[in-house]
Amino acid sequence: MHEMGIAMQIVEIAAASIPKGMENIKVEKVNLKVGKLSAVVPESLRFCFDIVAKDTPLSGAQLMIEEVPVVATCNECSSEWTITGPVFTCIKCGSGSIRIVSGRELDIVSIEIADP
Amino acid sequence: MEIKVVRKVLDVNNTMAQQNRNLFAGKKVFVLNVMSSPGSGKTATLVKTIRRLLPEIKCAVIVGDICSTLDADRLSVTGVPVVQVNTDEFGGDCHLAAHVIGNAAGSIDLDSTDLLIVENVGNLVCPAEFDIGEDARVVVLSVTEGEDKPIKYPLMFRVCDAALLNKIDLLPHLEYDRNAVVKNIMQIHPGMSLFEISAKTEEGFDPWIMWLKEKVKKKLS
Repeated sequence: MHEMGIAMQIVEIAAASIPKGMENIKVEKVNLKVGKLSAVVPESLRFCFDIVAKDTPLSGAQLMIEEVPVVATCNECSSEWTITGPVFTCIKCGSGSIRIVSGRELDIVSIEIADP
Repeated sequence: MEIKVVRKVLDVNNTMAQQNRNLFAGKKVFVLNVMSSPGSGKTATLVKTIRRLLPEIKCAVIVGDICSTLDADRLSVTGVPVVQVNTDEFGGDCHLAAHVIGNAAGSIDLDSTDLLIVENVGNLVCPAEFDIGEDARVVVLSVTEGEDKPIKYPLMFRVCDAALLNKIDLLPHLEYDRNAVVKNIMQIHPGMSLFEISAKTEEGFDPWIMWLKEKVKKKLS
């Protein structure tokens, strides 16, 4: 629901990452990592990004979203597994003492600009 | 040509949240972030909660809504300072972001506050994502919302420290499987503190108030 705000942050961070002296460059891609457990819908984010990116160096850039699975480890038996359903207990020993290793990401990894 | 960025999109919010956390730590104010879907009984629960905490624990409230001051009006009967934040000037935001809390906290006398309650915008999705610099998070779930909500909104139940199962006074009139909701909560967040309450009759309030008081006092000591 807050994809517009997220898109604005992405444009701001990405635009600030363009090296000095390359301000007129065209950004072709923005590479993102979005965890499956984050409250972001990739389709909505792309839609908002296209709107927010207008009239910025990001205009027309493709938002490349890598969805990151929810991976957990068990604090009791050290098992590591991918959570695919709404169960957050250890698949091996049933313990509820687990740690989420990945799946909450909402990171900008890199931007790709046209080769000069 | 690829340029590495490696930054969290919510960096700005997280930085602001840390500033809030430092401010609240310095002033010895415990901050409770209360979240739920619309209509679960957050405001009614908070009115009754504040009345039980006073005068031992000095409270203040920041309440967020997209529109209106209805909740602030209801909360102000407790006599504690209430700041209403309307998010529609920010485009009808679905959550309270850290900078909004930072601003709102500016109009509260933190020196004479022990517990700052943030009643977030009614929404089981987005507020879960935004750190506001709080010490504890609580989700209110009413029995009329069905048993399946923890499974449908896992992030909210993962990030919260406690769940308040509200409106239990309605149970005789509902086909509600209490064991199923407890099972669903515990499979999303094993060991989560759970309090079954009625904001109307105040049934079940004692353990909830005890839980909250203990946490607040720990920070004040």
